[in-house]
Amino acid sequence: MKKSWVTIIVIAVIALFFYSSIKGNYNKMVAMDEGVKSQWAQVENVYQRRADLIPNLVNTVKGYAEHEKETLTEVVEARAKATSTTIDPTNLNAENIQAFQQAQSGLSSALSKLMVVVERYPDLKANQNFLELQAQLEGTENRITVERQKFNNSAQAFNTFIKQFPKNIYANMFGFEEKAYFKAQENASEAPKVEF
Amino acid sequence: MQKIKYIVSLVLIFFSISSFSQNYPKPTGNAVSDFTGSFLSRNETNALESKLRQFERETSSAIVIAVVESLDGYDKASYAFGLAEEWGIGQGEKNNGILILVKPKYQNSKGEVFIATGYGLEGAVPDAITKRIVENEIIPYFKQGMYYKGLDEATSRIMELTRGEYTAEEYRQATSGSAGSSIPIIILFLIVIIFSIIGRARRARHYAVGHNVPFWIALGMMSSGRSHGGSFGNFSSGGGSFGGGGGFGGFGGGSFGGGGAGGSW
Repeated sequence: MKKSWVTIIVIAVIALFFYSSIKGNYNKMVAMDEGVKSQWAQVENVYQRRADLIPNLVNTVKGYAEHEKETLTEVVEARAKATSTTIDPTNLNAENIQAFQQAQSGLSSALSKLMVVVERYPDLKANQNFLELQAQLEGTENRITVERQKFNNSAQAFNTFIKQFPKNIYANMFGFEEKAYFKAQENASEAPKVEF
Repeated sequence: MQKIKYIVSLVLIFFSISSFSQNYPKPTGNAVSDFTGSFLSRNETNALESKLRQFERETSSAIVIAVVESLDGYDKASYAFGLAEEWGIGQGEKNNGILILVKPKYQNSKGEVFIATGYGLEGAVPDAITKRIVENEIIPYFKQGMYYKGLDEATSRIMELTRGEYTAEEYRQATSGSAGSSIPIIILFLIVIIFSIIGRARRARHYAVGHNVPFWIALGMMSSGRSHGGSFGNFSSGGGSFGGGGGFGGFGGGSFGGGGAGGSW
């Protein structure tokens, strides 16, 4: 009689220990997971901000640079492609982020090409509206850099958290998966080629 | 407990590795930090310092000027955001900080200046405006070596733009000792106390009638069951981040998202 009581108490204590350990870790994982997701939303936000600037930019440039139809069309097409590529924030794996990044980098390179081309139009460069758009575009590119960096930091914290023992077991149990990072583009350091 | 501590410290270490990988100078606790020691004269630094402190007291928005020797190979924008984020310029919940980063011109390198706006001030000070401030207010003076004049003009412009954006509750509290603003607070206080006593007395009477207990005992029971502190606690915690009235309180953990613009000379 007495022995069985001891066993029950021991089991209860062990169960309680596991329960509290799992509960604490699980809740922390949920919170960190949400943190990564909201940071992802922030990343999409700043990319959207860039996309929103483009119609205005294209219209301004069009008025001054008649001969650059091709470059402008390229920007518009790249924008359409970039805005149509959205990914599910619950599934931030390497493949998805790669696809997102690729669509956005198409727009980045089209834009930087455009910015080189406009150097040939002094009237445009003196236009107040264009100067402000240019400042906004630069600011948006800075925001993209900052938010991507913050996303990587929060993804790294999450990954580190779920990979440690014994949380790796719990993470596996509850289906938390590693988050992918933004990687620097391989051709990011190359300046766009422009032929005069 | 030990385990949690261990985990927390591991996470903290990782955070610190990722965010401190760049060696930024430590904040001096002042609004104006001239790490070169020669960009501004002592009087100029003091003038700017008191101007910015005054502004921070009145509006809670923090404008910080940092003059650094070099950008350690980074471009001015990413250095500015990294530094601003690490110093936590602005109040944490408002993100109302602005950093003016300056790298002086040396024989072998251009002078660089960048204005970084915190999340909460991106609306009041859009990128195009910071660009204009840099180009019209700062660079022309800097080119002539009039560094104080440039910074003075730029901070004045930023103050005009941000003045309406946030108000400082702290400021009202700090001055409420002499001003008339303390009277309404006291009246409000008294009203709250009176109402709570009336409400409690009414419930106590109910209780006393229903349970056959003397009214005063019921009142005592009611008040012991509720916590007194709650409703008054908020008053003491409001003053918070502002230290003693003398210091600069602009390092409250504000966050930066990439707003702002810069230029070179």
